[in-house]
Amino acid sequence: MIFDLIVAIFIVQYLRRTLQTAIELPRWDNILRYILFGSIGLLVVDVAFSNLREIVNWLSHILLLYLIYILYAVKDLRAARQVLIAIAPYFLLSLVRDFFQLFDLRQLENWKDILDTLTGCALVYMLIMGFIINRQRKALHRERMRTLREEAQKNQALSLKDQLEIQVAERTKELTRQKEELQQALSDLKATQSQLIQSEKMASLGELTAGIAHEIQNPLNFVNNFSDLNQDLLDELKTELKTGNVEEAVAIADNIRSNEEKINHHGKRADGIVKGMLQHSRTSTGQKEPTDLNALADEYLRLAFHGWRAKDKSFNVTLDSDFDPAVGKIQIVPQEIGRVILNLLTNAFYAVNERKKSNEEGYQPIVRFRTKRQGNRVQISIGDNGLGIPASIVEKVFQPFFTTKPAGEGTGLGLSLCYDMITKGNGGELKLETKEGEGTTFTINLPA
Amino acid sequence: MKILVVDDERDIQALFQQKFRKEIRDHEMEFAFAFSGEEALEFMKLNAHEAVLILSDINMPGMSGLELLKRIKEKYETPPPVVMMITAYGDDENYNQAMKLGADDFLTKPVDFSALKEKLKPKIA
Repeated sequence: MIFDLIVAIFIVQYLRRTLQTAIELPRWDNILRYILFGSIGLLVVDVAFSNLREIVNWLSHILLLYLIYILYAVKDLRAARQVLIAIAPYFLLSLVRDFFQLFDLRQLENWKDILDTLTGCALVYMLIMGFIINRQRKALHRERMRTLREEAQKNQALSLKDQLEIQVAERTKELTRQKEELQQALSDLKATQSQLIQSEKMASLGELTAGIAHEIQNPLNFVNNFSDLNQDLLDELKTELKTGNVEEAVAIADNIRSNEEKINHHGKRADGIVKGMLQHSRTSTGQKEPTDLNALADEYLRLAFHGWRAKDKSFNVTLDSDFDPAVGKIQIVPQEIGRVILNLLTNAFYAVNERKKSNEEGYQPIVRFRTKRQGNRVQISIGDNGLGIPASIVEKVFQPFFTTKPAGEGTGLGLSLCYDMITKGNGGELKLETKEGEGTTFTINLPA
Repeated sequence: MKILVVDDERDIQALFQQKFRKEIRDHEMEFAFAFSGEEALEFMKLNAHEAVLILSDINMPGMSGLELLKRIKEKYETPPPVVMMITAYGDDENYNQAMKLGADDFLTKPVDFSALKEKLKPKIA
């Protein structure tokens, strides 16, 4: 039957297309191709040699049977097994017809019409089934592609997620490392800052050394001189007593007493200076205590002045100081206020000295120091008629490490520390007024 | 002859008055005191007619001893007063400057009073 071959060709092509045998199952593709060529060959033979039709018919059956067999038995081809359902009726009918012809069952001649009709029906059924199967296959294919796509998307999402997690972990690690580095840097900076504060303090003490030496030397000289004097006076007193000159003896005794008072006074003065120096070098306790501001200021004024004097022999300045007795004792951290006064005075001396160096005609350096009580506040002002601060840098003078002095001469911490000590340590304010070429005045306001 | 002592330390007056007690009592020496360079110049103006010997400290607030020395030597030429400088800083720079400005002597603190007496005696005689 010519239909067998056409059916076989269709099935082969169907299998090759649906199962993608050329790629997926190359061994079976070869076999299918042989079947395909065989079928075409048999078709040609059938058309050309009608006398060989019987043989062609059986060969066609064998071919188709083989196809059915492999479809049924071979695991790899099972996916296309539905085809069997489509071709089964036709194939069975075709077999029956050929058996009839083979055994020449003439008595069943009246069955032939029924057989032909059934064969027609089977062909139609096969066509419909083929159509349905094809549609199902396409639907399945679409479904599978969709699933594949979804799976691919899912995989992509998963790998993306993994990637992101790795990135997040890396970033976290990096951030943690940076945080640790920053913390380390911060603690290093804090250590450096406290070292700088300490060295700034020691540097200002160093500047004072000569001043302090001078300040101690003066009272010590008085102590020595007056005690020498008293020895002489005591000898004279003895002589006068021996001669019975009572009046003179009493006068001498009065002298001795007054000298003793002077010795005591100068001894205390030296003591105060040493104490002040120790207090200055000691780390501030930050504790406020009632302090005689005028005495403190006077002490640091002298230290600063003699310190400068000792450094620069030609240095000279008119010190115009005015202490308001109403200031009295106020609650301050004495070491800190002392350091601020010292620092501001040193700056003032520096400013007038720099201006003096310019050899300006008739220039007389003046540094003014004032304390004043204003209600519940106490004001300290330190002014100079030095170079003044240019407007362009006036905003910067309280910034740490800002200095106009040549490298190595200033740390740039002086005023910044002053500002901190006045505002944070003592709850006051530190302001400045300046005019370039005319001078600068720093004003400290403290709560009293 | 008057000796003018210039120093910002006020107790210097008591010290000199006692150290030279005998000389003062016996009218061998007469002392005057000034506690700043400015005061010293004022004194000089008022006592210009008298011969004066000046003993001046160098380190004083306001006008320094060296400035005072310079002004005195400029202003009072005939006869130039004897000016002796006394300082706690006996360094070369101070010494050289004092000498350049015409100081007659240069003493360092603490003052050796017996040596000072010996130096003063021939000058006021």
